[in-house]
Amino acid sequence: MSALWGLLRKEVYHILRDRRTLAVLVLLPVVQVILFGYSIRTDVRDVRLAIVDPAPDATTIALRSRFQASGMFRVVAVVPSSTMLDPLFRTDTAQVAIAFEPSFGERLARGEAAQLLVISDASDPNTGAARQSYVNAVVQQYQNENAARNDAVHITVEARARFNPTRESANLFVPGLMALVLNIISALMTALSLTREKETGTLEALLVSPLKPWQIIVGKVAPYLVIGFISVLLVLLEARLVFHVPVRGSVALLLAEGLLFILVALALGILISARTSSQRVAMMMAMMATMLPTQILSGFIFPLESMPRPLQLVANLVPAKWFVLIARGIMLEGVGLAYLWPETLVLAAMAVVLMTAASRSFGARLQ
Amino acid sequence: MSELAIEVHDLTRVFGSFTAVDRITFDVAAGEVFGFLGANGAGKTTAIRMLTGLLRPTSGSARVAGHDVVTATEAVKRRIGYMSQRFSLYDDLTVRENAQLYGGLYDVRPRDIDARLHGMLARLGLEHAEKSIVRSLPLGWKQKLAFSVALLARPSVVFLDEPTGGVDPITRRQFWEMIYETARGGTTVLVTTHYMDEAEYCDRISIMVDGRIAVMGAPSQLKYDAGVSSIDELFVQLARPETASHGASAT
Repeated sequence: MSALWGLLRKEVYHILRDRRTLAVLVLLPVVQVILFGYSIRTDVRDVRLAIVDPAPDATTIALRSRFQASGMFRVVAVVPSSTMLDPLFRTDTAQVAIAFEPSFGERLARGEAAQLLVISDASDPNTGAARQSYVNAVVQQYQNENAARNDAVHITVEARARFNPTRESANLFVPGLMALVLNIISALMTALSLTREKETGTLEALLVSPLKPWQIIVGKVAPYLVIGFISVLLVLLEARLVFHVPVRGSVALLLAEGLLFILVALALGILISARTSSQRVAMMMAMMATMLPTQILSGFIFPLESMPRPLQLVANLVPAKWFVLIARGIMLEGVGLAYLWPETLVLAAMAVVLMTAASRSFGARLQ
Repeated sequence: MSELAIEVHDLTRVFGSFTAVDRITFDVAAGEVFGFLGANGAGKTTAIRMLTGLLRPTSGSARVAGHDVVTATEAVKRRIGYMSQRFSLYDDLTVRENAQLYGGLYDVRPRDIDARLHGMLARLGLEHAEKSIVRSLPLGWKQKLAFSVALLARPSVVFLDEPTGGVDPITRRQFWEMIYETARGGTTVLVTTHYMDEAEYCDRISIMVDGRIAVMGAPSQLKYDAGVSSIDELFVQLARPETASHGASAT
């Protein structure tokens, strides 16, 4: 056992002496929380619309009903002044607002251009832009129809963007971010540290020693497991302090599920290192095999429901998808194992299969 | 020299349809310096990997330090030292930390590790390097240190896979003095090299060609038998028979 202890100590030295990598590992998640927190919004359908109509008349009411009838918007409030928009955005009651200028109807009647201001929550620039174009489409159609009746109107649409006024999306992205961080630390770093030993030839020296293969694996991955765990705690703490993301369920269960997910990621890292002999290739493979699917197919940034069916099926193979479901369940819905056991079972099965494959591939060097 | 440190009988390893090592048989006596030569791809590394328990033989048998490499791999691993061509100390650890790691892997007690480390640093004249990060040391020192660390657990057999690759002639000379000293202490040394002058320093050598041992014996005897003046000449003759128009056919 003292041999394994020595190996663990040596791995800790590696990590502590490579200050820059350590700093990146610890700071990356912290920075990502901030970046994602202010930049991601996910929902596009059923846009909640607030209307500012200081002087309602036949024209503005006609245009208002167009928005209502379009099917893309749900009018959540009609207010007389744009100063009243702020609380609507902050409570996430409204996602987009249109404001008529006070003399909107009069100007149109006189044949002048009237201005319509569109304010949208652009936390996610893509969905923000999409909502804006919905508004433009409705206005454009109104103009076209009037023009067809020889009653041309000219409406100038001006756009304003608000960035993540509610910050509520933090609730949704934090679980995904945890998955991403764990992948980077567990899969990527494990794969890198094992292939580094291959490159330098020290792995051979370890294999020739009386250490058993499982001891080498434990000695190599345990320190990263600890770092991964610390990172998860940091991300949760930061999400709580900065974005007030709740953990409504059991924290212990969340951390236990985190450990299960770390095991999956570590196994992937070992598998990757078994198939590669250089750190560069290992890095590329870790990106392709873990980080890309985690970002795109876990439902972390892009909602899985709006993906084509084949992609949804592929997503089932991505461990992060299941972890994100579990973590969201625990954090946002406050549910426990009684409700999350199917997802947990899937993750556990993945851990068993990948760990078996990983130790096989590692042992294969000895065949 | 009655005891045998390495006994190899018909050892074979097949990868798919390629026979990397083809029924090789040889013995190495305790305390002997045995040169294991051959061109790249001749099967040396595969043979060493089998002898060190890293690779299972397809057929045949091998005993190292009195234990079977297949059935008693663990016991074999405890009795051997190993130093590869890609020298095996950790770059970002100090000399002492490397010694502690490798000593620990072989269950050497911490007190003994320190005592042996100090002894070996004193012999090398590198006492001041104990707390240096390995990366900062010259290659020649690293190689000597790697050899010393491989000996830390007092193995009965030590495998050196091209230990002198890339070092200057003076360091190579010193390295070979360390090898002799080790062998005098009773440790068996199996060494591979591409430097044919080094081959002449060995008690006995074998030259592998296409997975088989083509010749084996004391360097002087081999030269005499083949009618050549150097091992270098013999090696070229064996490894590339088409270019050797003289020599073997004449004898």
